[in-house]
Amino acid sequence: MTALLSLEGVTAYYGSIAALKGVDVEVSEGEIVTLIGANGAGKSTLMMTIFGSPQARDGRIVYDGRDITRTPMHEIARLKIAQSPEGRRIFPRMSVLENLKMGAAVTQFAHYDEDLERMFAIFPRLKERAAQRGGTLSGGEQQMLAIARALMSRPRLLMLDEPSLGLAPLVAKQIFSVVKELNEKDGLTVFLVEQNAYHALKLAHRGYVMVNGKITMSGGGRELLEKPEVRAAYLEGGR
Amino acid sequence: MTTAAAPSPFPEALKNAFVTALIALGLAAPMMGLVTVQVGGDLGLEPHCPRVAIAVALVFVGRLILNLTIWRPGRVKKVTAISPKTERLLSKTARYLAPAAVAFAIILPFLPGVGRGQIDLGILVLTYVMLGWGLNIVVGLAGLLDLGYVAFYAVGAYSYALLAQNFGFSFWLCLPLAGILAALWGVMLGFPVLRLRGDYLAIVTLAFGEIIRLVLLNWQWFTGGPNGIGGIPKPSFFGIDFKTGPDGFAATFGLTFSPLHRIIFMYYLILALALITNYFVIRLRRLPIGRAWEALREDEIACRSLGVNTVNTKLTAFALGAMFAGFAGSFFATRQGFISPESFVFMESALILAIVVLGGMGSQFGVAVAALLMIGGFEWFREFQDYRLIIFGLVMVLIMVWRPRGLVSSRSPSVFLKEKKAISGSLVQEGHG
Repeated sequence: MTALLSLEGVTAYYGSIAALKGVDVEVSEGEIVTLIGANGAGKSTLMMTIFGSPQARDGRIVYDGRDITRTPMHEIARLKIAQSPEGRRIFPRMSVLENLKMGAAVTQFAHYDEDLERMFAIFPRLKERAAQRGGTLSGGEQQMLAIARALMSRPRLLMLDEPSLGLAPLVAKQIFSVVKELNEKDGLTVFLVEQNAYHALKLAHRGYVMVNGKITMSGGGRELLEKPEVRAAYLEGGR
Repeated sequence: MTTAAAPSPFPEALKNAFVTALIALGLAAPMMGLVTVQVGGDLGLEPHCPRVAIAVALVFVGRLILNLTIWRPGRVKKVTAISPKTERLLSKTARYLAPAAVAFAIILPFLPGVGRGQIDLGILVLTYVMLGWGLNIVVGLAGLLDLGYVAFYAVGAYSYALLAQNFGFSFWLCLPLAGILAALWGVMLGFPVLRLRGDYLAIVTLAFGEIIRLVLLNWQWFTGGPNGIGGIPKPSFFGIDFKTGPDGFAATFGLTFSPLHRIIFMYYLILALALITNYFVIRLRRLPIGRAWEALREDEIACRSLGVNTVNTKLTAFALGAMFAGFAGSFFATRQGFISPESFVFMESALILAIVVLGGMGSQFGVAVAALLMIGGFEWFREFQDYRLIIFGLVMVLIMVWRPRGLVSSRSPSVFLKEKKAISGSLVQEGHG
């Protein structure tokens, strides 16, 4: 397998505060890779740094053989990387359909009708709610919309930032199973940032653990799940 | 024993009103009860007890009535949101109302009892309708709060006045030029403010509006400074002038000459310009760029992560909004025949913005209604000159209380599945989309 996305010694700063202190991550084609870590470890920063906001100060980000470290955000989105940012960030006053149409803007609406049908097949709830304002959807539906919107651009790499945030466990499970299906059926590469370590690691082929802006552990998803350090820090917290 | 279940609110209300009256007494005694008078060469104080007594009594009775009615404890508050049924009815009537309003605007000059004054007022209202629709692109669609919109209006007006006076260009040549120049200024304002959002953006646009006005005021040899520019040529009817001679408009079409012809022509000119603006904005909303504007208003980061170039999107919004202001400005110059920086003060920007906000941001019909109410209302209350701003403010407060999202607050989506559905404004909270 070849690396679709690789980060080498990436650092990022907010002003003078280092949020990422030399991160190496590799995502291969067709994999689900998950990044877990506590609050403030720099998970979301890593995700946004890949997208160029904030830009990496040192290190290199290579996607599909191309250095994208200094590429502006909107151009990265045109390279078939799609992102569902933290907190979903759907357009609340626009209808579900308009939200989806925004997702297809990058492809110049080349496969719009076809892709729309596909999204409605994966998320039937969105079809029922097509005319509704995005802001009136429930949390789970909004998350579905955010993922569907990201998929409308026909990405090779889908980056999800905490898709289970604020969702009922059952709904979160539903979201994860959709991610798994997309990966198995369509060979979609997924980079998943999660706090819900158990579900994320069970789903992933490989995983990384981030602490204070550094990767401290990596390995297969199940393998990490077994490690006592991971169990103690992220799975049996407080017990 | 029937009243035992619900204790009478009267004693409580009385006590409360009494305390309020005491506060009123404390305030009124020095402010209303003591009047300075001249006693000989010195300043003396003269007590005015009856005035204080009246004020305190008014406060006491008023508070008591309020306590027993609106502020009565346990009173169930009625939800004031408009039911979806009425909302639907409103948007339905709006659909028929819009063509009806256009038809009315077209026949207005020929209605009996409509004279020069009414047509002039019509021209004024339509100018503001056009400005409102133009600003709607920037504020309503792209969500960029622009407090200096009048600057582009001024650029358009001065472009026409200066081009016509210095090079003898005709109105029809200057109209697009004024639009292009205003759009250029829009881009020029756009560049430095690209990184700003919300309140900060508003402050910079406010400053921009003032800068343009001050430059016009102080660049004496070029703009004429405070003296303005006079004798701006009037537009011709596609090359035929409105004059008494044999090659004038009246003679060419076999009519008897009347100065009203020019006014009516002006009226139709601004009506056409306004309708073109409207058509443009409606079409733009359905294009990807229009949707990108709306998405930008909702969430900038999400927008960028979907591959929208926010720089270009913001600049086009500023440029297109400014362009329509430029058109309106050159029309204003030709109608007035005289322009000076006096016409482009901040109050104008505030008025146009108020029209957009009261109309319901993003709603074309609402903006037109708001312009009619505000400008027409302003003229109507001309006799009460001194109270105009008070009434103006009162109306704004009342509209914001009853219809906080503007007169026409439902937003019809630009893409739909099978059938078109309006999205009610009362379903979503203010400021939360």
